[in-house]
Amino acid sequence: MNTSFEWEKPLEELETRIRELRSFIQEQGIDFSQELNELERKAERQRKQIYANLTPWQRVMMARHPKRPTMLDYTGLVFDGFMELHGDRAVRDDGAVVGGIALLDGEPVTVIGPQKGRDTKENLARNFGLPHPEGYRKALRLMRQAEKFNRPIISLIDVVGAYPGLAAEERGQGLMIAECIEQMSFLRVPIICVITGEGGSGGALAVGVGDRILMLEHAWYSVISPEMCANILWKDSSRAAEAAELLKLTATDLLRFGIIDDVVTEPLGGAHRDHTGTGRQLKAFIKRHLAQLKRKNTGALVEERLQRFRQIGAFSEHTRQQVAVEEPDTAASEEGAPDDSSGTENDNKHTPDKKVGGGYND
Amino acid sequence: MLRVFRSKQKYATVRPKSEQPVRKDVPDNLWLRCESCAAMIYRKELQKTQHVCAQCGHHFRISAFERLQTVVDADSFEALAPLRAQNPLDFPAYEEKLQQARERTGLEDAVLIGTARVDGVRIVIGLIDFAFIGGSMGSVVGEQLVRGFELASSREVPVVIFSGGGGGARMHEGIFSLMQMAKTSQAVGRFRQTGQLFLSVLTHPTMGGIYASFASLGDIILAEPGALIGFAGPRIVAETTRQKLPDDFQTAEFALEHGMLDAIVSRSDMRTTVAKLLSYHV
Ligand SMILES: [Zn+2]
Repeated sequence: MNTSFEWEKPLEELETRIRELRSFIQEQGIDFSQELNELERKAERQRKQIYANLTPWQRVMMARHPKRPTMLDYTGLVFDGFMELHGDRAVRDDGAVVGGIALLDGEPVTVIGPQKGRDTKENLARNFGLPHPEGYRKALRLMRQAEKFNRPIISLIDVVGAYPGLAAEERGQGLMIAECIEQMSFLRVPIICVITGEGGSGGALAVGVGDRILMLEHAWYSVISPEMCANILWKDSSRAAEAAELLKLTATDLLRFGIIDDVVTEPLGGAHRDHTGTGRQLKAFIKRHLAQLKRKNTGALVEERLQRFRQIGAFSEHTRQQVAVEEPDTAASEEGAPDDSSGTENDNKHTPDKKVGGGYND
Repeated sequence: MLRVFRSKQKYATVRPKSEQPVRKDVPDNLWLRCESCAAMIYRKELQKTQHVCAQCGHHFRISAFERLQTVVDADSFEALAPLRAQNPLDFPAYEEKLQQARERTGLEDAVLIGTARVDGVRIVIGLIDFAFIGGSMGSVVGEQLVRGFELASSREVPVVIFSGGGGGARMHEGIFSLMQMAKTSQAVGRFRQTGQLFLSVLTHPTMGGIYASFASLGDIILAEPGALIGFAGPRIVAETTRQKLPDDFQTAEFALEHGMLDAIVSRSDMRTTVAKLLSYHV
């Protein structure tokens, strides 16, 4: 499988020239080290430039890279001694969701998350990483278990969406997602959610309610996939790149909106180029945020979690006077009408501004 | 704080005079054809039957105002102060779309919400109107529903919500729209602690992010006959699975059979059913 991107081509040409020059130096014994250094510096500059200026759609493609670490990879990269726990105790074991207990530097934590496959065989077993309701029920069961034993929950999210299928609908996909969202909101243990790859709509949010929401640098998170958005707007899913721009789905956008708390930087060139480096980085972020959360008492933890979501929304208060303009034929009673405004919109933008620094500052 | 204004005039007058709503399913002429059985129905007759086909029982889509009148005591409704949507993503043409929807429906956004009485019992009632951008949930719908639950908590009254949103979340508000699923589900969770009833009524269609959040979390969940209810859109399911889907796929009847609903209640019985359930929880 060709796993390099179009925008990496100039960089790869440069890397090839560096390799050739190296072997030439070795064979001929001539000192070209100055030229070599220059080329290497140039490659480094180019690499930085390319990855600092990725378009939203390029990031979506990075998030979908077939060699990107999966949930099960992270259980080994970030944690030790992962023990997978199967089944939802009702229907079956959904391979599209993985969960279990692992150690984070010696401390037991519950780890859950959707699981994609790398090849056809794996993808069949994992249903292409698209969970059924029983997958979410399994995740919820393990989260409740974590609450009982006072274990923090780490939810690693990489999912295009919940599976759209007959059996999934028969077994209440919508109900199960709603139940997950509600129950997760009130769990009395710290929850850290990390969008590691794709954060596709309700299927992601079902395991995405927490005290900290982190995102990998090249992950995306949105209410709808760029393809489906393009399909709705222009009846043309091939215009997904344009839709990706409109949806403001990158980690940078979501940090600016205050939806996420922190962006986990990926090794240069993306997580798929360096699993170990990605794991090391993610572990450091999780540990730092978890340490902060563990200082809070349980009541405050849950209350702050609820308040965080309570504040999200972009709207303005709308005055009675303004409504009256739209009702020329009514003589509505002004009794109980708000009196603190003068007929114009009262800008109560409930969009939290960019949170300062997430974990860095506190 | 919550602001409640009185809105004692007839609901129809809330609409601007110049723009009477034009509904595809209720065209502005004397007769119309039933979508389900193709019978010709006299329009005046349809109004008398609460927009239900007398021949086959097909439930036509109705506006939030019309539905409100079929459920609550006359002149008992007081709306919450309206909120106005912003365009946090600068999504192209969203403002125009909102403006058109406002003019078409007479609503400020896709939810009509406030306090009312049903057979004298005080409730908070919310109704999603499909004609407003498909009844989708953006920041305003989410916030208004949460305010409704909070008001009901402070007044210790039940909540009744009639859902009906085709796509669920409002795409134009992107992640803000998705987050309303969390926000409303949490409001239901908090409201549970008051011991008051949350009655969720699913009308055609209740899909996606609305079904996968507050609408699924009622203590009791009712649906109108034939209502489309589900998570993924039927076309997406068909395209993804290439499976033969049952004829009643994602209907209220399908949901009832699979254990996802408490009961299917026809529009003509809705008011008495809601009143009865409320009386059991006083
Ligand atoms: Zn009919």
